[in-house]
Amino acid sequence: MIAPTIRSGERLVGDNLQRYTIAVLSHLALVAAWHFFIVLGKVPTFVMPSPYATLHALLVPNYRWIENISVTAIEIFGGYFLAIVVGIGIALLFSWFRVLEMTMMPLLVTLNMIPKVALGPLIIVWFSYGIGPNVAMAFAICFFPIVLTTARGLREVEPDLLDLVRTLKGSRWQIFTKIQLPGALPYIFSGMKVAAILAVAGAIVGEFLGSDRGLGYLMLQVQVTLDTAAMFMAVILITLLGMILYGFVLALERLLVVRDARI
Amino acid sequence: MSEPFIHLSGVRKIYRTRGVEMLAVSEATFDVGAGELVSLVGPSGCGKTTLLKILAGLHSHDAGTVRIGTRDQPFDPARDIGMVFQQPLLLKWRKVLDNVLLPAEILGLPLAASRERARDLLRLVGLQGSEEKFPYELSGGMQQRASIARALVHDPKLILMDEPFGALDALTREKMNLELLRIWQKAKKTILFVTHGITEAVFLGTRVIVLTAGPARMADNFRVDIPHPRTLDVKTQEKFGEYTRRIYHLLGME
Repeated sequence: MIAPTIRSGERLVGDNLQRYTIAVLSHLALVAAWHFFIVLGKVPTFVMPSPYATLHALLVPNYRWIENISVTAIEIFGGYFLAIVVGIGIALLFSWFRVLEMTMMPLLVTLNMIPKVALGPLIIVWFSYGIGPNVAMAFAICFFPIVLTTARGLREVEPDLLDLVRTLKGSRWQIFTKIQLPGALPYIFSGMKVAAILAVAGAIVGEFLGSDRGLGYLMLQVQVTLDTAAMFMAVILITLLGMILYGFVLALERLLVVRDARI
Repeated sequence: MSEPFIHLSGVRKIYRTRGVEMLAVSEATFDVGAGELVSLVGPSGCGKTTLLKILAGLHSHDAGTVRIGTRDQPFDPARDIGMVFQQPLLLKWRKVLDNVLLPAEILGLPLAASRERARDLLRLVGLQGSEEKFPYELSGGMQQRASIARALVHDPKLILMDEPFGALDALTREKMNLELLRIWQKAKKTILFVTHGITEAVFLGTRVIVLTAGPARMADNFRVDIPHPRTLDVKTQEKFGEYTRRIYHLLGME
């Protein structure tokens, strides 16, 4: 008999440690390159701040970092969570009611072609200023990939597998819970990963268009005074928020989706 | 012969697509005794898979009669069919043992007893020690063994196999043929085995039914008079050659 592929646990841990070390080192190298570029090139701070100057911007109490981070985080996570709930919900309805999918899916595809950013001014008219419209923007921009991938995943069922369940007179609910939904999970996660990146962009664009709080709003404020260091810091913090969200989704995927099935 | 377990008489199936009629099965008339392993052999388009699906209750037929079960061995269409396909079709996210348990779950059988039975079956198909592995950790042949165990878990009376070894390499396929004979003799099930492998059909079958394509019809039905248990040696017997030549002749390949 053919032996299964052997995976040594110990070697895997060693590989991972090496991988993480290299990743950390390459990030540190980038910061070092940045530092030396500024120092050796005598670049003025208002054009590009050094890593140190960027960190220093955190000490300006006027910028109310904590509050602005919280606001942006709420917008990103709120919009994203809403998109997951509504997106997966709609895809489930599509798979249960074929007529609904046939009528609504073409409509969704058309709506998806609208550049969501163009809706910004409208969203402000409808929801006024504040966190609400930015949550809406994050939602609008990351909702479609989740619907599309989930719907696709629910559709991808082996016909022979359906036959197998039918010979056992299995119910539609059994097909759904035992085959369709777990089979769609890798697709759902691939949509969620794309959406995680888009949610961050959506929230920031929302803040650019009209807002009185948040990291995007702060960037516009300090632009006036040419505090480039604060702008750099804001960008880094936005990126970190995105990485936290993405990392969380990735960890959840590892927990729920078998390695072989991940897309 | 006592009352056959499966009785088919004049079964015909026509597919209609956009007004065009295509004869998928015709003149299918044969009996299968309880505990037989019958090979259905023929080229693509001869209707062997369609016939299998009619027996599985997945397709209707347009003419003729299909009867499964006897008074002593009544047939319950919901729980007396085990299916094995060309692809193992194991659920990637379930461990091997849980894959084998799928039919028991769908039928709502007592779980503890089914779990025991699944372990026994995995031992029967030679997969002891792989219960807690995921399908991707198994080779193609081992995955197909697991799917055979899955087809047996709810203790069905009839196993329908649709080219189960068609996707395996030649060596693994020979090995699986021997394994299937061993499993069949232990499990004492009636098996219908669809294949396009002529030697495979003769080697496995207590009886071989030959189907031809264009137009689809049943061309032959004969007993294979080679005693069980069989070993690979029977393939060198003169009788074996006569049987395979008989099929080659019917399929116009001489």
